[in-house]
Amino acid sequence: MTEPVNKMPIDAKVMPALTSLLYQLADDDFILAYRGSEWLGLAPHIEEDVAFSSISQDTMGHAAMFYQLLEDLGEGKVDSLAHARKAAERRNAVLLEAVNGPGHYLSAAQYDWAFAVARNYFYIQSKKIRLDSLKNSSYQPLAELALKVNMELYYHLLHWKTWFIQLMQAGGEARTRMEAAVGKVLADFEGVITLGPLAKDMADHGLIEPEEVLKQRWLLIMKPVFESINLAVSEADLAMKNGNGRIGEHTADLDAALATLSEVYNINPAASW
Amino acid sequence: MEQNQKLIKNALEALHNVKDPEIDTISIVDLGMLEQIEVEGNSAVVKLLPTFMGCPALDIIRKNVETEILKAGKFEKIEVRFIYHPPWTSDRVTETGRLKLKEFGIAPPPQLISETGEWHVDCPFCGSTYTTMDNLFGPTACRSILYCKSCRNPFEAMKPVSTMM
Repeated sequence: MTEPVNKMPIDAKVMPALTSLLYQLADDDFILAYRGSEWLGLAPHIEEDVAFSSISQDTMGHAAMFYQLLEDLGEGKVDSLAHARKAAERRNAVLLEAVNGPGHYLSAAQYDWAFAVARNYFYIQSKKIRLDSLKNSSYQPLAELALKVNMELYYHLLHWKTWFIQLMQAGGEARTRMEAAVGKVLADFEGVITLGPLAKDMADHGLIEPEEVLKQRWLLIMKPVFESINLAVSEADLAMKNGNGRIGEHTADLDAALATLSEVYNINPAASW
Repeated sequence: MEQNQKLIKNALEALHNVKDPEIDTISIVDLGMLEQIEVEGNSAVVKLLPTFMGCPALDIIRKNVETEILKAGKFEKIEVRFIYHPPWTSDRVTETGRLKLKEFGIAPPPQLISETGEWHVDCPFCGSTYTTMDNLFGPTACRSILYCKSCRNPFEAMKPVSTMM
């Protein structure tokens, strides 16, 4: 339970863009935190298990706060927003719902660490850029939340960037697998960058800067990193191969994830946690 | 008004009994989590700042705040609100808090972070600066794991958190 924040009336014209933005922020963090939690006990070493689960816990905390802002706007209860919405109602990027690799975390998991590193690093960097922009959002509760979330991102970014550069520089199998993972992540990264059909309204209302500005900022920040590890990445590599999650297009991976993560909730949605 | 000041003092004293569920030497007040106490008649609203957003201890803290203030006997209704503005930063930990953390074997958050983002942590046991970082991420979101090369003890440190990050 947090402070009720919406004492100021919100212009009805702003609402669709505002809720659309919040659903994207919440759903992105929610599903990636879930994918992170599936790594527990399977990370390359025990220190990483501690670090990754801590990051996933933070990320789930961020999702909960974005859902809280939606609850404050009358969109429904946090728990139900997180658990009870069907795949077609979700607005997360398709890249973030993709399974960690073949197998299941309970048995025969053959998760791909290279994919985890590339996906998390690229995503956290774009989340950082987005939240830096949100610190100046015209929607005050979101601007305040962005300031708080941003401080925690400092550590997440440091972590994934370190992994990314070290594995990229390691050569051999690490380099080969990392390059494959980067290709896979970029093939759907446009889906992370895009703010969906209402992107223009979001910018016009001052909720967040224009999508194109944020995209160029991401490319600019990543450029020296890519150069330092001798990796050729251009804007043209960013694509949306497996669908646009911002309009509710999703893969079977999301259906399976939702069935698992909402199983307990669905036994008794009215139960208190 | 004076009556309210007395009540706020009463609630504040009670809050000193609410310890961090995982670090039982330090109160949430010394941790810098308390933002405000509002009093109206026999009801109190306590506004707290979470250290990290995903902290699972928040529900326990909420319950302990309610229990301790009720026990102090001046209030019948207590509401705990977690707010994130202003954001909690590690410089909110009080001087007493820094000592209590050390007592527990946790190095307090560094007061200075250099321009490069580096910081130094002294060993809470022997005071040596000859320490290494084992894992930026520790057993809870707000802690890191370090090792002292002087007294050869592993120890934890509170992460520095600042709006400059």
